[in-house]
Amino acid sequence: MTNLEFGLTLTVVGISGTMFILFLITLVIDALNKFFPPGAKGKGE
Amino acid sequence: MNGFANLQWTNGVMIMVGCVLLYLGIKKNMEPLLLIPIGFGAILVNIPLAGMMEPEGLFRYFYEAGVLTEIFPCLIFVGIGAMTDFGPLLENPRILLLGGAGQFGIFLTLLLALLLGFTQLEAVAVGVIGACDGPTAIYVTSKYAPHLLGAVSVAAYCYMAMVPIIQPPIMRALTSVEERKIVMTYKKKSISRSAKVLFPITVTLVTCLIAPMGTPLMGMLMLGNLLRESGVADRLVKASQNEIANIVTLLLGISIGATMAGPVFLKPQTLMVLGLGLLAISLDTAAGIFLAKLMKILSGGKINPLIGAAGISAFPMSARVVQAEGQKANRKNYLLMHAMGANTGGQIGSVLAASVMLSLLQGMGII
Repeated sequence: MTNLEFGLTLTVVGISGTMFILFLITLVIDALNKFFPPGAKGKGE
Repeated sequence: MNGFANLQWTNGVMIMVGCVLLYLGIKKNMEPLLLIPIGFGAILVNIPLAGMMEPEGLFRYFYEAGVLTEIFPCLIFVGIGAMTDFGPLLENPRILLLGGAGQFGIFLTLLLALLLGFTQLEAVAVGVIGACDGPTAIYVTSKYAPHLLGAVSVAAYCYMAMVPIIQPPIMRALTSVEERKIVMTYKKKSISRSAKVLFPITVTLVTCLIAPMGTPLMGMLMLGNLLRESGVADRLVKASQNEIANIVTLLLGISIGATMAGPVFLKPQTLMVLGLGLLAISLDTAAGIFLAKLMKILSGGKINPLIGAAGISAFPMSARVVQAEGQKANRKNYLLMHAMGANTGGQIGSVLAASVMLSLLQGMGII
């Protein structure tokens, strides 16, 4: 693999992979906030 | 057999560089906890015949025990996790995407480093300066390009301290006056304790199962946060935030300074690393602002693009820079909490970007 191919692969897959995983984390946070709302009995802050 | 007779010009220059780092740390208060031990370590390692980094030298023990084994940066991450409140991020999860955009500079700088003649692993180490995250930069560089550790670490920590100088001109150049005036209201939302406790556990599972090479970094960051949010491990939280973080910071700084011996550090490559590091952070800032502009359009004008600049991992400095720039444009604007969300997102984003990169390198058979 040439340096350019290496760099482009890392850039494209790296950026898209990072953004995709962060998007998954936003879904996880939404799920946590939905299933564990504040003020629920025994689970509130 | 005295030091003066054996002093080379490279040693002399590096002793002066060490003094400059001490000046920046002490007089200018730029990341003093790191720059003072780094600067003094650089002075000591350049004393001829002292053998500080020779086999069985004092610095060699610190370096091999803590840097080559990756223990120091990972322990610092426990402290960072214990100090970080991810509350603003949990209140507005979409802000996390700005933390991703704030890492674009890593990859773009990596490409440029390759074009400038760095090897593949050297380019990865140079690019990771753009993570704006000292422990991550040290972790990656010490493992895959240890001969660049001094230059990368000095660049990472100096530029982190210079964020209030680097970012504002870029922020003003890429946003219009009207955009900077956009008011973002903040209404605190409650987050349940269960959500705060489950957050570090679920993030660890999601990120580490997808990008396993990042487990040491992400795992330690989230362990620190879990200790904090559990509310039942106060002693460990305090130890992580104070004793452990302080001791490791001291030894890590000395170890970085120990890699700054004249013949190793004074090469044209070092200047290129310093220049590319600055470029990486600038590109991070620009990419964050561009994504925030897109979010502004999609939200019907509710997002102030300035908060995109806080997507880098320089916490909490970058958030304060965004707050200051927002106030300059419109005194009624209070962007701090939104910027804090982006900034904590940047912490996760920087570790995640490094994790993805390392996992890719492993998948490609390069490491």
